[in-house]
Formats: sequence, C-alpha cells, structure tokens
Amino acid sequence: MPSGPLSIGAAGAALRSGEATAVELLAAVMSRAEMTESELHCYLNLDREGAMAAARQADRELDRGEDRGPLHGIPVAVKDNMCTRGLETTCSSKILAGYRPPYDATAVARLREAGAVIIGKTNLDEFAMGSSTENSAYGPTRNPWDTGRVPGGSSGGSAAAVAAGSAIAALGSDTGGSIRQPASLCGVVGLKPTYGLVSRYGLVAFASSLDQIGPLTRTVGDAALLLSAVAGHDPADATSYAGPVPDFAGSLDRGVDGLRLGVVKELGGDGYQPEVSETTGEMLDKLAAQGAEVVEVSLPLFEVALSAYYLIAPAECSANLARFDGMRYGLSIKGSTASATMAGTRAEGFGPEVTRRILLGTYALSAGYFDAFYGQAQRVRSLLQAEFDEAYRKVDVLVSPTSPTTAFRLGERTQDPLAMYMSDICTIPSNLSGHPAISVPIGLDSKHLPIGFQVMAPALGEQVMMAVAAEVERLAGFDALPPPALAPPPGVPL
Amino acid sequence: MKWEPVIGIEVHVELDTDSKMFCGCRVSFGDPPNTHVCPVCLALPGSLPVPNRKAIERIIRLGLALNCRINPGSVFHRKNYYYADLPKNYQISQFDVPVCVDGWLDVESDDSRFRVGIERVHMEEDTGKSVHVGEGGRIHSAAETLVDFNRAGTPLVEIVSRPDLRSAADARTYAQELRAVVVETGVSDARMERGSIRFDANVSIRPEGSPELGVKVEIKNMNSFRSLERAIRSEIERQTALITAGERVVMETRHWDEEGEVTHGMRTKEGSSDYRYFTEPDLAPMVFDGSWVEEARSHLPELPALRRDRYRGMGVKPAAARVLASSDPQLRSLFEEAVASGADAVAAGNWVTGEVTASLRRREVSLEDVPLGGEQIAALTRMVSEGRVSASAAREVLEGVMNGEGSPSEVADRRNLLQLSDRTALEELVQEVMAANPEAVERYRSGERKVRGFLVGQVMRATSGRADPRAVNEILTARL
Repeated sequence: MPSGPLSIGAAGAALRSGEATAVELLAAVMSRAEMTESELHCYLNLDREGAMAAARQADRELDRGEDRGPLHGIPVAVKDNMCTRGLETTCSSKILAGYRPPYDATAVARLREAGAVIIGKTNLDEFAMGSSTENSAYGPTRNPWDTGRVPGGSSGGSAAAVAAGSAIAALGSDTGGSIRQPASLCGVVGLKPTYGLVSRYGLVAFASSLDQIGPLTRTVGDAALLLSAVAGHDPADATSYAGPVPDFAGSLDRGVDGLRLGVVKELGGDGYQPEVSETTGEMLDKLAAQGAEVVEVSLPLFEVALSAYYLIAPAECSANLARFDGMRYGLSIKGSTASATMAGTRAEGFGPEVTRRILLGTYALSAGYFDAFYGQAQRVRSLLQAEFDEAYRKVDVLVSPTSPTTAFRLGERTQDPLAMYMSDICTIPSNLSGHPAISVPIGLDSKHLPIGFQVMAPALGEQVMMAVAAEVERLAGFDALPPPALAPPPGVPL
Repeated sequence: MKWEPVIGIEVHVELDTDSKMFCGCRVSFGDPPNTHVCPVCLALPGSLPVPNRKAIERIIRLGLALNCRINPGSVFHRKNYYYADLPKNYQISQFDVPVCVDGWLDVESDDSRFRVGIERVHMEEDTGKSVHVGEGGRIHSAAETLVDFNRAGTPLVEIVSRPDLRSAADARTYAQELRAVVVETGVSDARMERGSIRFDANVSIRPEGSPELGVKVEIKNMNSFRSLERAIRSEIERQTALITAGERVVMETRHWDEEGEVTHGMRTKEGSSDYRYFTEPDLAPMVFDGSWVEEARSHLPELPALRRDRYRGMGVKPAAARVLASSDPQLRSLFEEAVASGADAVAAGNWVTGEVTASLRRREVSLEDVPLGGEQIAALTRMVSEGRVSASAAREVLEGVMNGEGSPSEVADRRNLLQLSDRTALEELVQEVMAANPEAVERYRSGERKVRGFLVGQVMRATSGRADPRAVNEILTARL
C-alpha cells in the first residue's frame, strides 16, 4: 500500500498492480475520515455500507479483468447538492432534512458507471449560497490547514476532504466560484467546466444559467480524469453540450511555449493580499521563462461583474427554490391553509443567507424594478461576454489569483455579506460568460495557508486551459500538506 | 347612453400528445391519481425540463390554421406564482416571444359573418388538479384538498383573441368555430367536459362609439358553450347596471356560477408583471427554420371556413353548409360520397344534416354503427326527385336502410312505399272514387272548389298513400 495522499492516478496504479484492493483503499480513506471528521466536518453523510458494497464490486470486476477505466475502485466524495438515489441529499438545508431522492444525478450515475466508489455527501453552504461553508444548517466545515479558518465555499466540504485525504477526489458545483475558491483556500485543484459540458440533471439548482458541476482533486491530471468521466451530452438536460468531449487527459503535457497568457488587470492591486499578488507574479515570471508570452489585458466590466451576478443569481434562485413548499417532500410545517403551510415551511426551513437571496431576487424581478435590476444585469452579462471574446482574440488564456486572500477566519465575514461576496470577485466572471476556469495551488502565505492561481479559457477551451494549469502545477512544485494532525503524514498508509 | 360590450376570449387547449410537455410521462385522463408522475413533473429537486418536439410541431400547425405568423425563434419564460397544484411554483410559459402571433379566424353565424383577430398562440404546461374532499366538497367547505399531478406538465396551448367580439352570442360562435379548428387540425380532442379545452372571457363595456377600452373583468369556470354565452351576457348586464348606477367596475377575476347564473368575484386581478416573468434558463431558445413550418403546413387539413365555402360553391344552402362544414368527419364524408355518387348537393346536404343526423341521435349511435353509405343517400335523393317515393315515404325508406333492411329500392319495395304513377291504373281509381261520391262531385261542379281536396284524399286512402298526388290532381282536374 503506497503512503501519503494519493492521486487518482497513483491509487489506480496500486489497484492494478495488486498493491491494494478497492476495499483497502476505501478503508484507508474511511479511517482518515474517522480521524478528521470531528475536527473538520467535511461530510454530512458518510455512506459506509453503500461505499463498501461498491468497493467490493469494483474488486470483483477488476479481478475478472473488467476494467471500467481510471476511476474504477477510486473513493470519490460528492457535494450534497447532487441527488444520490436512496441516499439523503439535503443541500445543507433544514428544508431537505431526511430527503432521499429516487434517482441519481447524471454526474453521479456516470461516476458509478465509471466504477467510482461514492464515499458520502460533503458539506456546503446551504443550497450552495456562500463562500465559506459557514451557511450550512448542519455546522461549518473547517480548513485542514488551520481549523480556525474556513475552507471557502460553497464546495468547502469537498475541498477540505480532498485536502485532508478523506476523499481521493470529489465533485463540487460552481455558480460563482464555489469549486475554485475553496480549492484555492484548501490547496487543491478545482475546475469549473464550460457551461453545458457536464449535465446539471440532478444538481439541485441554485442559479440555472450559472451552475456547473466539476472536479476537486489533488492534481490537474486527476481533474482531467474526473471531468472525462462526468462530461458529455445528456438528453435530460436541455442546456447540455451535444458535441464530442475532448480528450482532457491526453493534452496536459504541451507546456506553455508560444501560448499567450493575459493577466487580468482588474484582478489585482488594492484589496488583494500582498503575498497572493507576489506569489502570482512569481508564477507569471516562471511561465514566461517557459516560453509563454505574458501580457496585461484589461476587462473593465470585471468591476461590475459582481453586481450583475448578485442580481442574476438571486433572481434565478428565487424561482428555483420556490418548489420547496412543504407540499410534496422535505420539511413541512402544517398550517391551516396551503399558503400558510408554504409560508411556515419556508420561514422555518431556509437559513438567513438563502432567505436574503430569495428576497433580493424576488425584488430584482418585480414589476417596476425588472429593467433597472435584472434587465440591466443581463445587459452587463452580454457586454461582459463580448469583452471576454475580445480578450480571447488577443490571448489564449486569462490568468489571475483565484481568491484575493487566503483562508479567512470563521465568523470573520459572516456579519458582512459584501465582504463575503468579495471572495468571489475573481471567479464570478467565468460563470457569467459560461467559460471554463481552473484553480491550481502555487504556494503558501506566511501563515502557511495555500494560495491559488486561476487559469480561464474560452468556451470549450479546457484542453489549453489544463495544459497551462499542468505547467503551473509543475512549476509550483506544490507538495505542502496541511498540519500533520489533519493531513495524511508520510510513511503512514494514505 | 348606449353601452357597447368589448369581449376577448382566452382559450386553453391541452394537446393530446403521447407524453407531457417537459418529461416522458404519459398524458392521461381519468387514471388513478398520481400514477403518471416522475421527478420532472413533480418538481423534485434537481430535475430539469426537456421540451416535447411533437407539442411544438402541433402548436405551429395550430398557429398556421389560425393564420398566424410563426416567429423564427421563440423563448420560454417562467411565470412565478405559488399554488399547491403548481409543482415548481412557477409555470413554464411564454411571454414576449410566443411561437405564433398575429392571426385571425373567420367566423359566421345565421345572421353575421366576422373576423376575430388572434393576438398570440403560446406554449405552456398545465398544472395538477386540486381535489376537494370531505364536508361540502366545494372549494370553501372541503375538509381537505388533495392534489393529483397526473395532469401536471400536460402540454397546454393558450390562444388569446383580440378584443374584437361585441356580443355574447358572437363570443359563443367564435368559441365553437375555434374548437372546430382545434379538432380539425388534430392537435387535441378539445372536450369541454374533460377540461381539455377551456374558455375564459375578458369582458368590458364602453359607451358606443368610444375608442377607449373600459375596465376589464376576466370570467372563468364556464364548462359549455351555453354557459360561456350566458356568463358573458350576465357579466355585461352586471357591468352595465354598475355603470348606470354611477359605480365603478373593478378589475378582477370572477367565477361563473352555473346554478345561480351569476358571476362571483374571486380576487382582484394581478397585473401581468407581478408574475415576475423571466427567461427560463433551463431551456435554450427555440429556432424554427423553414422546414419546421413547411412540415407543419403539410399536416394542415381543410379547415371549416374553407370547407364551408366549398360546400356553398357546390350549391348547398348556407345554413346546411355551415352545419355540415363543422360536423363530424364521418357525416361529411357521407355527404361527399353521396355527391360523388350523383346525388344533388342541396338534397344530399339536407338529408345528411337533417334526417340522418336526427335519426342517429334518436338511435344514440354513430354513423359507423349503421349500414348507410353515400350511394344509398344518392339513390334515395334520386327516388324522390323522380317521384318514385313521396317525401314522407323517403324518410321511412331511410329508416329501413339504417335498420339494415336493404338498399333504398329494396326497402321501398318491401315496405310497399313506391308511388303509384301508372296513368291507366290511376284513371280507373279516380273514376271509382267519383262514382262512389256523386254528391261531392256535384258540389265541386257547383263551385265548391275545396271539395277537390276531399276527393284527392279518397284516392290516396284507396292506395294507402302511395298514389302520386301530382298525377291524381291532374286526372281529377281533367275529369271534373
């Protein structure tokens, strides 16, 4: 059994060489979870029985030579806003306490089809609304690098689990940065694919035009493997991309020679932690030394992207979350009339941030305000897309920090929603444009907290984006681990 | 002052596609509750809609039948409101870019012909059905309300007319014509009693000649054409009385009470923007290239208005042409076969819309249950025009044919219904009758002309009514 935190690639090699079985891999990951969960709370629900059955099946199949590919027998965690058949799916909300979906999300079904072992459901900000995982109705997740700090969010549980080794890889969802920002704060790789590349069927919707499922992994290569397993057309999602899925894993080694990298002028300077800016600058120098042409690019509308996002996302959420009314499933606070039941259930079931966004979105769509708010935000969105298109005529990819700061303290921003919203300033534009983006860890700040580097690409530009990301990963040589109590120490299995 | 009603009609039609609008569940009626449901039409978390191609094809076909322009692209919107039978608490509908716009329908009744503008025809989904149980079973007195989601997500087309109607009777005629078009195009069975076609009316009144529109009231819950007409009439009266008394009409939705024959206020009408419409992000905009429209056009049948004109061109009387053009396809083909077999169009039209329809109704059967074809109608009309049977005997022949007693001539023969028109035999008969009634003959000859009717009647009686009355008259006149 190899030691240290494993990548999908390394774990897969161990499975196929006979060094380890899927059951042993799962046991090791589960024992990491047992050791760290009381401290970190990455999981809302560990599916010990289901995972063990899947691991046994993987072993039987691999013994028979039925190899389903790179994910076969690999323990993977799933964010708890993706439906898992018969397994509680709560979105970290009281309103869905005890809810067991009758079907698997397409991404989950594809994971199972690929032979992955689903360990459990990870914690998130309620309905994926937040940047710290503190908005979970079931308590926050803590950052393995410093348990006094947040893991980022909303996919904080998935990011922290991968960082702590209680999952080899995980699925998250990204509406405004919810994969990339926690990946950055937890020192792992997080990738948001092109909108439509991964089916949203079974992902409990937050903002339908922005939501996208993607991988959180230890390496860029792992992200490519996990993405390949879940990407591709799904007839159940009318916004799903119908074209062929590129070979993500096969194009990681091209390097950056001859590529033009655009540094986004608006994503830096005031408000950015100096160590984040410095480390980002050093990485740009290293990339230039490898033959990349590094140029500054200005996208002025990035300054208003956050405002547009906080109208569009809440507007869509106000309709998407209307179905939670206590009538058919989940929490139901019975009132004397149907509307009293709906009102009572929603008042009791939704936390303050979700309530805030529903109110914001309802307001933005209301008569007399629509044009000034939602309509205006949609116009900004179109203009921003045009600005991106213009930039991509000049450069192959855009780069920036993933987050203006490293992990912040629990409670530090909970009383100041605007400060919290600023955590996603670098990540939101790619959601508005529907473009892919990835965060790669490139170093630590003076507090020993990870710093993430973001690479953005045009629609379906995953291959060039991941080639740059892989080079960033190689150049950073990031092999730091969270403190020993919370990271799998070298020399101990996993 | 004279008041003029201004009426617009909104029609909801459930398309009878095999599956629902946004999922694969079967479209059903009358099945046990909640047996045709899935994560999508129950709005389970994470589920997504996928549009039904067949439904889109049908709405385009219907739009063409209503002379609409088909937008080159069309967009779904979310219409947000909370209701227990609306699973998502928003309805996927259309807002500013519906599939079909700017059409019209030509309508005619006994005393008027007019054109009604069609503002739009858009695609949406139906809601579930609330079932009030226990206690009074009515909405306000029920102990419990249950929801059946079988209907939720059924493809629903809304046809919005322009406010072109000016009377309750015209509104009814328009509704009937529209239903005929819906049935004709094959997009829905449009059965009012099942709710697969539903009519709402927007009614306002204004001083006659005024270009301004009055405050409009929406009336709902009319379950027959008759109640549609009565509800509109009652609403016009209510509004006129209000305004005449110096009061104001309030913009609201009112419910038609069939037994009380009045409308009851339900709620003040929400302005359309209170539904917080916005583009449905789960569905990409639809793009219709020419082939979609051409394909739909190729499925367009002959529509009632055109058929009416064609029948009229064949010589059928206007009223019969109208009835025939909107009658069921079996009756129409009976008529057309009769004409093809040589029947006079006027006579065939009268037979099919008259006696045949009445007899089927008496028998409570449909045409396919009786052995009656176009050739027999043609034979029957020939027998009448050639004077071989009388008009009343012809009706009996028809009954016999419909009973399965044989062809018209066989029935006439067996039932002894053929007219006696053999001149020699009739002259003998007349001679006998005159001999037996010398007094009557005398009275006639002395100027009492009406006695002739008595003599004709005697001849008819002697032949059990089979004598050709025309021939009898001629002979009598000559002899007297």
